[in-house]
Amino acid sequence: MTQVQTIPTPEEFQSVVSETAPKKLSMVVFSGDMDKAMAAFIIATGAAASGIQVTMFFTFWGLKLIQDGNRTGSSLFGRAMGVMNRGGIDRAGPSKFNFLGMGRWMFKKMMRSHNVASLPELREMAIDLDVRMIACQMSMDVMEIPRETLIPEVLEVAGVATFIEESQQSQSTLFI
Amino acid sequence: MTLGTPDITLDLEGMLCPIPIVKVAKALKTMDVGSVLQATASDPGVLIDIPAWARTTGNELLSIEREDKIITFQVRKLS
Repeated sequence: MTQVQTIPTPEEFQSVVSETAPKKLSMVVFSGDMDKAMAAFIIATGAAASGIQVTMFFTFWGLKLIQDGNRTGSSLFGRAMGVMNRGGIDRAGPSKFNFLGMGRWMFKKMMRSHNVASLPELREMAIDLDVRMIACQMSMDVMEIPRETLIPEVLEVAGVATFIEESQQSQSTLFI
Repeated sequence: MTLGTPDITLDLEGMLCPIPIVKVAKALKTMDVGSVLQATASDPGVLIDIPAWARTTGNELLSIEREDKIITFQVRKLS
């Protein structure tokens, strides 16, 4: 007896997938610049508010956005980096026109006068909307950033495989 | 056009992207399926973004209109 198997058409397959798979968005947050971080958190909160599960993977300069602001580093270079690139979302400056902090001050003032949410407020919203935040283990090792200097809402420290697994299940992946 | 009394009202005036949709989404979480939210906003982006948000989330946009600078819309929770 031969078995007859029906193979679903791409349309049928797609409709099954879209009905069962959760909507997901994954994001690499590489930049620690204020303006790019604004984009990252606005997309994250907007997606989460649209019923999409969002994962933000913070790596390299992006770690600044989830640090609590302590100076870090243990070796000579590590300490120097901890002083020059002190963490804390409030210390993030714009990618253009920073002028040693003047630009940051100006942007903050302009954003406030236009009633735009500040970066710390946007991050608060993202946390509130259950955006999953992952810190990159390798960057933390290289930049000598200890786990304790991250904000407590970051529950996971992981590597590229974790991000790839997440992005494989996502309909879109962004690198910011 | 408004459709009767909404179950919940929101004031989103003066708020810019992404706060309006975040607030609408959060308010909807507390509501029962079938109930209606009405909100007023002032950011013109809302006119485009709320319909898009409704399509993404599968909620029903009952009405959206602008009078002078104020945008009023109603959403029925379906999901």
